[in-house]
This record gives sequence, structure tokens and C-alpha cells, in this order.
Amino acid sequence: MRRGPAAPAAPAGGGPLLRVQQVRKTFGTHVVLDGVDLDVEEHAVVVLIGASGSGKSTLLRCIDLLEEIDDGVIELAGTDIADPRLDADVQRARMGMVFQQYNLFGHLRVIDNLTLAPRLVHKVPADQARADALAMLDRVGLADKARAFPDELSGGQAQRVAIARALVGRPELLLLDEVTSALDPELVGEVLTLLAELKSTGLTMLLATHEMAFAREVADEVCFLHAGRVHERGTPAQVLSDPQRERTQEFLRRITG
Amino acid sequence: MSVPDAPGWVASDRQRERERFRRARARRSTLVALTSTVALTAVIVLGVRSSPGWPRVRQSFFNPQVALDSLPDVLAGLWLNVRVMVVCAVLIVVLALALALARSLRGPAFFPLRALAAGYVDLFRGLPLILVLLLVGFGLPGLRLQGIPTSAVTLGALALVLSYSAYVAEVFRAGIEGVHPSQVAAARSLGLTRGQTMAHAVLPQAVRRVVPALLNDLISLSKDSGLISILGAVDAVRAAQIQTAEHANFTPYVVAGVLFVLLTVPLSRVTDALAKRSGWLAAQGALTAGTVR
Ligand SMILES: Nc1ncnc2c1ncn2[C@@H]1O[C@H](COP(=O)(O)OP(=O)(O)O)[C@@H](O)[C@H]1O
Ligand SMILES: [Mg+2]
Repeated sequence: MRRGPAAPAAPAGGGPLLRVQQVRKTFGTHVVLDGVDLDVEEHAVVVLIGASGSGKSTLLRCIDLLEEIDDGVIELAGTDIADPRLDADVQRARMGMVFQQYNLFGHLRVIDNLTLAPRLVHKVPADQARADALAMLDRVGLADKARAFPDELSGGQAQRVAIARALVGRPELLLLDEVTSALDPELVGEVLTLLAELKSTGLTMLLATHEMAFAREVADEVCFLHAGRVHERGTPAQVLSDPQRERTQEFLRRITG
Repeated sequence: MSVPDAPGWVASDRQRERERFRRARARRSTLVALTSTVALTAVIVLGVRSSPGWPRVRQSFFNPQVALDSLPDVLAGLWLNVRVMVVCAVLIVVLALALALARSLRGPAFFPLRALAAGYVDLFRGLPLILVLLLVGFGLPGLRLQGIPTSAVTLGALALVLSYSAYVAEVFRAGIEGVHPSQVAAARSLGLTRGQTMAHAVLPQAVRRVVPALLNDLISLSKDSGLISILGAVDAVRAAQIQTAEHANFTPYVVAGVLFVLLTVPLSRVTDALAKRSGWLAAQGALTAGTVR
């Protein structure tokens, strides 16, 4: 495990940190992803938008190797991580993922949620893992909750713990799947503020969200997912304020009411 | 109902009135419970004692002298039941966990293991325990093979382990399958292997979920440990049988029965206590609910 600040090795050819090419994913006869192309540059924040069921979660899960793709290429810093000859567990450990429902381990205290992967996967000594975890909790403003169980946290606190858990292994890329959708409106802010802070530290993020104001503020690129492909992409100003394609316009009209 | 003592806070008249009412109601409830218990007990006692057969029932089932005489032997027998139960419980949990894990293995390489575990569970869940006991207890020694135990206690325990592990394996398997797949996704996304995910994320939560069911099986086991008496082991049941024959009186059976009940009651209380611990309810997927009056 690299122990320095999150500073991923630049891909050999100087290309994007994450390159998704022609990724295809079906469930039975249902084609969910039908040739998705997507690049995420190092230190960039890319936002995925799209209707419910458009495949945002599926794409993120495919990138994190939680689902097996049917075709296409997923490269992380130049490595084809979907290659079955590679150890998928090692590749997964290079990325962090945060889920809509937090998915904290209910039987473990907050601190143990954070130290689990460093100890088991990265073989960090227990006291070092503890120190790292406490520092990370402090960074998300929850050092005082280290001994709490997940069911004793508010939604916003739980999600910040989940983000801390994903970050403590120093991932090269952080994937976030609608991390504010399960939160009460007044708790959304604390999580979004944290994400904006993380961006300012240079963390590379790919996130699915319905928070358009947030996307406008922090995204370097917005990708609109439709019919299994990236239907339209560009800066937030282009895609969110001046969409060129009819489906994008329709989607934005629908969600802004 | 405890209100934090904020400095300068004084309970309002309305709140004091509420608490007065609650105290009065609590007193009333206790009184009602007490009265109805006494009344019911009186009715039962009088009814039983005035019934024509009571003296004979008391003589042959509740004879204090016989109870006292048989108690040491029955207690000594019960100690055997307890030891058999503890040893069996440990072996059953280990074997059942192994069976449940074998059934949860994925991949073609593990097919034989999966099939073996499934076959074992089907077989021993379907066989009546008494048949397993007779087959193992009388059948195995009859083979006169080297290395096969001949003590009734060992053979009886073996039969209990064979039969119970099949049940308990299914309890564990249900627990494993009851852990939400999102917990697996979270663990795998952190880079944990399949095995680590099972050991650190799934199993601990699965076990917490099934503890009540397991304790239920343990209670069942404590009673079924009495079945080893049919192989000739002198446990509480067998000791009571001997005493009953000696005194020509059924009181020793009642003594054994009371002891078995006393043995199982604490197990139920342990379940209740465990369920209240933090981090356990969450593992069971229960929401933290407020108390509703
Ligand atoms: N494990 C699965 N099995 C079958 N269908 C699935 C599975 N996961 C997702 N889908 C389907 O894939 C489509 C895309 O789902 P999802 O990626 O969750 O969309 P989004 O996150 O954009 O709302 C949906 O139609 C959903 O029903
Ligand atoms: Mg989704």
C-alpha cells in the first residue's frame, strides 16, 4: 500500500486515470450498458446524470469490478483491470466506492469499519491502521464517533463515515453512487461540502447524482447516460445550462420541474 | 422518561401532574396483578386438593421422601447430561458451520463439496433421531471394527452430533443468506477477498441473526441428551427410571423433569440479554424504534 497522500501513479502514456471504452453489460436479455465511453482525468470530478434505471449504478459497479462486463475496456492508470488474468481483489482495492445506503458494517464500530480493509487487505499494522482511521475520521469531522455503532449515527454522519472508509485505503479513484439520495434534505449539505473539500485536495471522483446545483459547482465534466450510452457530455455549463440534444433537455426539464 | 437535568429547569405543573398519574397507575397495576394471581392460585390449589384423586396423585408423583431419596442419583445423572450437552453443542456448531460454509462455496471446483454437504443435511434432517441413535449406538459396536468407541455415552453423543449438525447447518445457512448483498458489495469494493468477506462481514452478522434460533436448538439438545439413556448411559432419565423402579413411585421422574426445566430457563434469559446489545439489533436489520406506550 502506498502511504503518501492520494497521488495516483500517472498512466504510462499520460492518458486519463480511468478510461472506459465500449463497455457493455446485460442482465439476461436486458441491455443496460450498450457501449459506454468515458474518461476521467487525474484530479478531475466527472458527474454521471441520467434517469432512474439508466444504468448509472450498473456502470459504477462494473468499474469497481462488482459486476462482470460483457464487453469493452476498463483501464485504470493504463491497466486493463477487467482482464480476468489479473487479481480482481487487488484492482478493487485501488478504488473506493460509496453507496447510496452507506452499507456500513452494522456489527462493527465506526473505527473498525475503517480499519477492516487496511488491516486485511493492505496489511497495515493494527495501531497504524487505527491512527490512520482516526485521522480520516477527524478529516470528515467525526472523530468523536469512533466508538459508535452505525445504527447510532444520523444519515449524514453514516455517509461521511462511509466516505472515510472508502478513503482510508488511499484509493486512486473514488466512485460515488447517489450518496445523498437516502438523506433527509437538511443532511445533504454536510456530505456535499465534504465532497467539495475532497475535490480541492485533488481526489479523482466519478459520481452519480441528482444534485444538479452541486454538479454545476464541482464537476469538470457532466455525462448524461441514456439508452445505455453517454448521450451527451461536456462541461456543466454546456450540458446542464445549454444541452444540445433533445433527450438531455427533456431529462433536465423533468427533474427541475 | 428521564429528563436531563438542565440547569434552571423545573418540571412544569402539567409534567408533575402527568408523573403523579403515572405513579398512581403503576401502583394500581401492581395491585391488580397481585390480586388476580392470588385468586387464580387459590382456585387452582383448592380445585386440585378437593378433587377425589388428589391424595393418590400426590402419593405417586409428589412424594417428598422419594424425591429427597432420588435426588442425589438424578442430579448425578443430570451432570452427565450437562457434559454431553456442552461437548455436543461445541461439536455441532463447528460441524454445522463447516457444512453451511461448504454449501455457500461458489465455483465448479467446489461442486463435490457442495453436493456432499447438501446430501448430509438432507439425510440427517430426514432421519428420526431415535433411528440414528439405535443405528449408531447398537449398530456401530456390532461391526466390531478397530477404533470404534463402545461407550454408550460416546456413541449417544455421536448420534446427537450427526443429527443436530444437519439442523444447525440450515440455521447458519439461512443466516448467511439473510445478510443483505450490499454488505458483500461493500466488503468486496474495499478489496476484501471472498473468504475475508465471509469471515469478517457476512458470518458475524449471520451468527448474530441466528443466535435466538441456535439457543432454541440448544434447549432442544439439552432435552434430547436424555435419549442416550436408551443406549444404557446412566443420565438423569435413566437414574430416574432406576429410582422409580426401586421406590415403585413416579416422583423421581418428576424430579428429573423439574431439573431439566431449571436447566433450560437460564438459556432463554441469555437470548433476551444478547438481543439487547448494541450492534446486534443493527445486524439483524431491525430499525431503532422508539418506545411506544
Ligand atoms: N442485478 C441485476 N439484475 C437484473 N437487472 C438489474 C440488476 N441490476 C440492475 N438491473 C437493471 O439495470 C437497469 C439499470 O439499473 P441501475 O444501474 O440501478 O440504474 P440507475 O442507477 O441509473 O438508476 C435497471 O433497469 C435495473 O432493473
Ligand atoms: Mg442507481
